[in-house]
Amino acid sequence: MNTRASLRRSAKPRRPDPTRAARHRCRRGEVNGVTFRTFIVTLSVGHEHLLSYRPCNIKTGAVYLSRQEIMKWNGWGYSDSRFLFNKKGQAEFTGKRYRLSGLILPSLKDWFEGTFGANLQHKSPATPTVNLSAVAPPNLNEPFIEDLKAAGVAASHDPEDRVFRAHGHCLHEIFALREGRIGRVPDMVVWPSCHSDVEKIVELACKHNVCLIPYGGGTSVSSALECPHEETRSIVSLDTSQMNRILWIDEKNLTAHVEAGIIGQDLERQLNEHGYCTGHEPDSMEFSSLGGWVATRASGMKKNIYGNIEDLVVHIKMVTPRGVIEKSCLGPRMSTGPDIHHFILGSEGTLGVVTEVTMKIRPIPEYQKYGSVVFPNFQQGVACLREVARQRCAPASIRLMDNEQFQFGHALKPQVSSIFMSFLDGLKKFYITKFKGFDPHHLCVATLLFEGDRGKVLQHEKQVYDIAAKFGGLAAGEDNGQRGYMLTFVIAYLRDLGMDYYVIGESFETSVPWDRVLDLCRNVKERIVRECKERGVQFPPLSTCRVTQTYDAGACVYFYFAFNYRGLSDPVHVYEQVEHAAREEILANGGSLSHHHGVGKLRKEWMKESVSGVGLGMLKSVKEYVDPQNIFGNRNLL
Amino acid sequence: MLKKRDDFEDILEERRRSSDLRYALRCYTPTLYRGLVPCKASMLKSIVLQSDHLQYVIKQVSSESGESTEGVSEEASLILDEMAHCLQLSTIRFFAFTLSKAFKRLFRSVCVNEEGIQRLQQAVQEHPVVLLPSHRSYMDFLMMSYLLYTYDLPLPVIAAGMDFMSMKFVGEMLRMSGAFFIRRSFGGDKLYWAVFSEYVKTMLRNGYAPIEFFLEGTRSRTCKSLTPKTGLLNIVMEPFFKGELFDVNLVPVSISYERILEESLYARELLGIPKPKESTSGLLKARRVLSEDYGSMYVYFGHPVSVRSLAEGKINRSQYNLLPRYIPQKPSADTHEFLSDAAFRLVRIQEENMVLKPWVLIATLLLQNPDGLDLSSLAEQTDWLRHLALAFGAFLDWPDHEACSEVVSCSLALHRHLLSVSAGHVQLSVTDVPQVETTPEEAVFHQAVVVLSCASYRNQILHVFLRPALLAMAMQSANSNRKDDVYNGFNFLRKVFSNEFILCPGDSDFEEACYLLMKRGVLQVLEHEIVMSASGHSTLAFLSSVLDPFLQGYQVTPHTQCVAVFSDHKRLILLRFEMSIFCFLCAFVIMASGRLKCYEALSSDLQKNALAAFLRLKAVRKVKV
Repeated sequence: MNTRASLRRSAKPRRPDPTRAARHRCRRGEVNGVTFRTFIVTLSVGHEHLLSYRPCNIKTGAVYLSRQEIMKWNGWGYSDSRFLFNKKGQAEFTGKRYRLSGLILPSLKDWFEGTFGANLQHKSPATPTVNLSAVAPPNLNEPFIEDLKAAGVAASHDPEDRVFRAHGHCLHEIFALREGRIGRVPDMVVWPSCHSDVEKIVELACKHNVCLIPYGGGTSVSSALECPHEETRSIVSLDTSQMNRILWIDEKNLTAHVEAGIIGQDLERQLNEHGYCTGHEPDSMEFSSLGGWVATRASGMKKNIYGNIEDLVVHIKMVTPRGVIEKSCLGPRMSTGPDIHHFILGSEGTLGVVTEVTMKIRPIPEYQKYGSVVFPNFQQGVACLREVARQRCAPASIRLMDNEQFQFGHALKPQVSSIFMSFLDGLKKFYITKFKGFDPHHLCVATLLFEGDRGKVLQHEKQVYDIAAKFGGLAAGEDNGQRGYMLTFVIAYLRDLGMDYYVIGESFETSVPWDRVLDLCRNVKERIVRECKERGVQFPPLSTCRVTQTYDAGACVYFYFAFNYRGLSDPVHVYEQVEHAAREEILANGGSLSHHHGVGKLRKEWMKESVSGVGLGMLKSVKEYVDPQNIFGNRNLL
Repeated sequence: MLKKRDDFEDILEERRRSSDLRYALRCYTPTLYRGLVPCKASMLKSIVLQSDHLQYVIKQVSSESGESTEGVSEEASLILDEMAHCLQLSTIRFFAFTLSKAFKRLFRSVCVNEEGIQRLQQAVQEHPVVLLPSHRSYMDFLMMSYLLYTYDLPLPVIAAGMDFMSMKFVGEMLRMSGAFFIRRSFGGDKLYWAVFSEYVKTMLRNGYAPIEFFLEGTRSRTCKSLTPKTGLLNIVMEPFFKGELFDVNLVPVSISYERILEESLYARELLGIPKPKESTSGLLKARRVLSEDYGSMYVYFGHPVSVRSLAEGKINRSQYNLLPRYIPQKPSADTHEFLSDAAFRLVRIQEENMVLKPWVLIATLLLQNPDGLDLSSLAEQTDWLRHLALAFGAFLDWPDHEACSEVVSCSLALHRHLLSVSAGHVQLSVTDVPQVETTPEEAVFHQAVVVLSCASYRNQILHVFLRPALLAMAMQSANSNRKDDVYNGFNFLRKVFSNEFILCPGDSDFEEACYLLMKRGVLQVLEHEIVMSASGHSTLAFLSSVLDPFLQGYQVTPHTQCVAVFSDHKRLILLRFEMSIFCFLCAFVIMASGRLKCYEALSSDLQKNALAAFLRLKAVRKVKV
């Protein structure tokens, strides 16, 4: 057990380690104290906050009740963790949470300035605090509130609480917040603490015709959390964060029954304490919730071993305006007509609230190993991934970055501590570019993660490296692999840094058959470059992609796109136009509308084209039956 | 309407000053496509033969015919051997040398718009390029390769008709200079089509070389643009439709000649004398053309047209999502419509960039005045016509600072073999025929050759006058000023002549005609009426008489066809070829008897078009007996 834990720690540095979590726990009381004081102050000031009676019980969770306290209100992640350029002009990452925290990244500045034509003198800082006066007064449904109070459900209409739950992390949402612009926000927030609380809330919402928008981790990138402008009813954000307990673990069947509000990293840590894991690790797992995964058909990094969310769930309980929907047993597979789970998976909060989920669990793997392979070019890399998929021997995770991302990854290398190390780096570079003849402007890197028992991992590793060698791939060490995965988690923080210096960007994804992967990647990247040029973007944008998942019949491709917006009067609009064009290009090249981000409101216009008129009609008729009053009125998807 | 066009440079100037040999042996380093997958001509063949597409079709053909796949593969390989080019720089250098010599003897100058070359240089680097030259002479593709060599651009591979292959030695020379050969017709031959399309697509996808082909399919014997073919256009666009290429640049190239080498050959061919079979000995015999003066030649490289922007909003590329891309798919109705629209647009771009010499104006006037004109009035009318043509956007190369009469007499001198000038009176006539006793039929024939030769020059400017002329005609026949009537008349004429001229689908032709004539002050277009202005009469009269020969020809055609039909009761249906001979004979008889004055009605091209139009309009019907 001990060795296992230490192995995991060394292998997975990016997550807050147990000691840090403990430190954190100590501070929590004070923080909560502050929260409470704030609350009392607002009361005494005499605002009409008499209705605000947020729960004050503290539960074990990384992201606890008042998210605002430890998380940015206008950017990604924890408030204490951010990139900045220090006085010397060197980039550093603050805080203590990540492996990169507290380190200097000497080459980031050059990469940043060179790639975007940005300049450290030209800053575009964000508004430091929420301008609460810009928040419209809440449109409250008094009878609903009365009944809610009687039912004893925690609620608030504090403007800060409402603003915090009015958005996901789309570029336009964050950009507006940074500029201090606040649009329609929920009129109040409710915190159910269990399934029956949700039943009560939904029942009351139906009774009083209130619009409910479920809120899990708030990491949506599809405008799914945006309040519809046309909504005239009182909008209530239903925050599931208090429903975060593991209710039972069944070691005989290897399942766990969990409340849907639990955040990914908490779920994983708590299961780890019992020697188990779910293995579901979406890039957002530090902040996203189980219910959110179900509602958006999430995909995890290690799906090759554990499966995507639809493979992981055994049982789902959801509260709808019609009542509770669930299956009667925990059978592993059924032939009982169309799987009702598939109405729930991907419903994006339009049908009800997922309250409890029974999920498969696995013993924590004995051994983990990172790895990486350098390919002379992207084509060879894709061919290798395809072969790995053909032989069905994909490791827990295998990802292929294109050349631009490889260079980007390089820019994030922390300062080398010794002369010996830098000498070693130079030697490696010499070997690959000079000796092996790889063109540094074409080569690309695949990162690997193996998991399992030690012997098998080593065997597996050899098999994959042998295949890679056939496609000209050279093993490039564990360290590069690990850094590749770290990049995934910090890249979201980097966007905030970019936004401090006139650079905006975002990511989007698709899935596509194998034979079209290369064409799609090339065409979409080029389309982005061309659209930017046509819309007056002064510098060529960063337009890069990586293949992040392999399947039998295709792959998932992830694009990053960012540009310097100096000189543009409406950068967000330009951004949106380019992203729109890129999505059209994806669809024209045989890519799907989304692999795991979901549709939300951002990609709704293509739904009919994607699933056919009849398909859309089927979904609409389900909505019609389940929620005729449109109580779950976030207007996603349909 | 009036477009700014680039200036020309004469490339022969440099050739006359420096050594041809050194030029042929100079260092040739073309700008290359950035996505180029380097490969040799021989490798190209194996890529094509191994391609999923061809393998699929081979299996299909083999299972349909019962032949073994090896047998079918072998067949495919033979087809490819027959087709494939083997571009060699040494051959190009040989041509660079000999053609330099030839061009200097034939032409006074060969003018190229260098800005167009620069644009092409840019385009070649960005995306695979397809060159679409107009086709008036055998010279065209030789000249294209010559120019691209001169300007350090990648040498094109050229789709050529199989006819050249039969020329001993020359066929192989052309193959080594980048020509690949396709059969004229291979309608149902799946395997042939698969080999051919895969071959072209592979070269395009790999960025091997610019692909060059003629939209019109064949040389236009009349100097009018021919109705474009869409087969090859579809092949070069498909890699874009299927996402295999981000974009393809189509570059229309307009090649115009002050005097066409094949001038009288064409006229004879149109009069029913079959074209001489391409042969090496024939080529050697044709040496005598080298001793004549063919004036100047112009090559205008148009703006590259991106297939992506052409297809924007017209082609739904996701229609290809549900089928593996190697399985051949017949183009959908939408795609068909798009292809034909695109082809017409490209041909119109070719037309617009075609350089016109003063002679085409003179030819137009001389054809309208079969009895000839005085030099002074010819000069005066030419000047008038020049202004009209310019107002309609003609790309006229008129010498600066020269009196009109000077320009006219220069032009007459170059084309003296078509004219007789005596006592200040100019007339189209036979000059180079020995004045021995001729039968009346022979006399008619010789005169017809002259008229058709001359018509081929007038035809070069037809695209400028075409739309206003159709409007003028429609107004004449409508006998009313109501816009609807005129519009209906216009549309009727458009329908009748759509095999004859390049007319785009939609209403744009009518609008363009109205706009041009309004701008010229000839017409006033009101909400419901179209009114001729006082000064507009002469213009309208001129315009409608431009199309007169065609109208007459179309009127005669059914007449002659009736005769043809009656002359052979046993066969009501005649193959088109035979039909045209019959038509020709009948028209000839009528003409010799003096009942018809319009020599142009003798043109087999016109009759073929007329017959096609009547069939299309269901005015006549094919009956199988």
